[in-house]
Amino acid sequence: MKILVTVKEVAAVDDEFEIDGLAIDDRYVTADLNEWDEYAVEAAVQIKEAHDDVEVVTVTVGPSETDETIRQALAKGADRAIRVWDDALADAGLLDPETKAEVLAAVAAEEDPDLVLTGVQSADDGFGATGVTLADKLDMEWGAVVNDLDLDLEAGVASVHRELEGGVEELTDIEIPAVLTIQTGINDPRYASLRGIRQAQSKELAEHGLADIGLDASEIESPLEQTSLYEPETEGEATVFEGSPEETATELAELLAEKGVTS
Amino acid sequence: MSVLAIAEHRRGELRPVSLEQLAAGRDLADKLGGELHTAVIGGDVEAFGAELNREGVDTVHTVDIGEEFNHDVYTQVVTQLTTELDPTVLLMPNSVNGLDYAPAVANRLDRPLVTDVVDIDAEDGLTATRELYGSKAETTIDVHADQAAVTIRPAEWPTIETDGDAAIEAFDATIDESAVRSTVKGFEEVGGGDIDITDADVLVSVGRGIEEEENLDIIHDLAEALDATVSGSRPLIDNGWLAKDRQVGQSGKVVTPDVYIAIGISGAVQHVAGMKGSDTIVAINTDPNAPIFDIADYGIQDDLFEVVPALIEQFQ
Repeated sequence: MKILVTVKEVAAVDDEFEIDGLAIDDRYVTADLNEWDEYAVEAAVQIKEAHDDVEVVTVTVGPSETDETIRQALAKGADRAIRVWDDALADAGLLDPETKAEVLAAVAAEEDPDLVLTGVQSADDGFGATGVTLADKLDMEWGAVVNDLDLDLEAGVASVHRELEGGVEELTDIEIPAVLTIQTGINDPRYASLRGIRQAQSKELAEHGLADIGLDASEIESPLEQTSLYEPETEGEATVFEGSPEETATELAELLAEKGVTS
Repeated sequence: MSVLAIAEHRRGELRPVSLEQLAAGRDLADKLGGELHTAVIGGDVEAFGAELNREGVDTVHTVDIGEEFNHDVYTQVVTQLTTELDPTVLLMPNSVNGLDYAPAVANRLDRPLVTDVVDIDAEDGLTATRELYGSKAETTIDVHADQAAVTIRPAEWPTIETDGDAAIEAFDATIDESAVRSTVKGFEEVGGGDIDITDADVLVSVGRGIEEEENLDIIHDLAEALDATVSGSRPLIDNGWLAKDRQVGQSGKVVTPDVYIAIGISGAVQHVAGMKGSDTIVAINTDPNAPIFDIADYGIQDDLFEVVPALIEQFQ
């Protein structure tokens, strides 16, 4: 059995930051593996540990600078990694979910996985749509926002919980092969061990251009164009208590007493 | 140049976003100079159809298939309906279920998809406003296509309350059963604990800023000092530091206590959705730009590890 996990390096932005044109100024940005993808990788590795002959392959769309981040998934138990990048992707500007899904689908067609796990969304642009788009391109079944997963390989069914709004979960059986988008909290992602980090350095990380996966670079074009980036205006009218922690705590205690909060 | 909005319902009730879409959709339709259509799929379509008949809606399409949401069915029906009506903009909710079919529909119709929009305009081509980096920045996006699919963020538009005089039409969809490869077995309420945080008058609510599980002691101490109940934001529940039924937010509980004290909570939109109705909101956070201060009534912009012990002392 083969599990393909899509992963992405995302930009974590400091509390205080500056904007440079259409991007956050580099000085305020830290690269990290997308939080949702950590849970997807862990889910895949747990399936690998529970069954015989499971291979976990990660795939990402991104430049070579992301290699270090991508290796985090290898250090946590993925077997090998694929990274796709191309000048045409760099030049396309804002990559919409469809364009990303097209690239991922080309890799998936080659790898022929039994299960594809993605994060629900990425922490930076948060489209939340790549996984389901990918499923449709592959003509696979899918499930979005999965926070519980029970795989019955013999029956070919993934029994999942989908986390709906308002503390309600939907219980659904999904035929595999399928794409599942994984929600945070589904498991407890492990830390990479020193041994894992060492091993990750020697695991395969294959780099492909678009032509290598059978895509025509001239056809890559995102229909979405980012035209501005700005800090949202604060609408806050909060009364902010100033002073030392003792002073602000005193003011807050008085306020709470006024509101009827007593010990 | 019309707009089609797909309603959402669950367990016999129309979700509010269905009516918010009508406000967003009417505005768009006016700018495009066209009609607003809305559609409801499955459940008691007659009752839902009547409920969707609000001011500004030209036609309500009812599709009498199944009871609850199934993404395979919705994908097929919405694809057929959109092909039939050929709207300029197809609106869907940016909900868990919306994101379970909208991307597949957009892919089948070869329409660009813009998700989670907080504002949308069609005056000079289609433009959408989205948030990035967990609400820290906003961006505007030009959509370079004649037709598009858009999912709108819940609770960003008002609901239309006035009754309308729309035509109500049944739509006959053809379902390819072999392409329905998922079965919804039922629903489960998250819970298990003996505390109902929606009953609490005072909530001491804690977020990622607490950093470590052992640091939670000061939060429990504060709650005890204030005779309050402890709740939390998503990361605390994901980490297993608080029980699931203590979660405030979109995927947790919606609370409206007299006093809500948010400690080390940045105030992501998903959290705010669950607590903005509180009478008095107090925020303690080191980051003065944290969105929680946008909805707080009172704030302390300082280190929670210094403020909380000082506050406990005030009540002893």
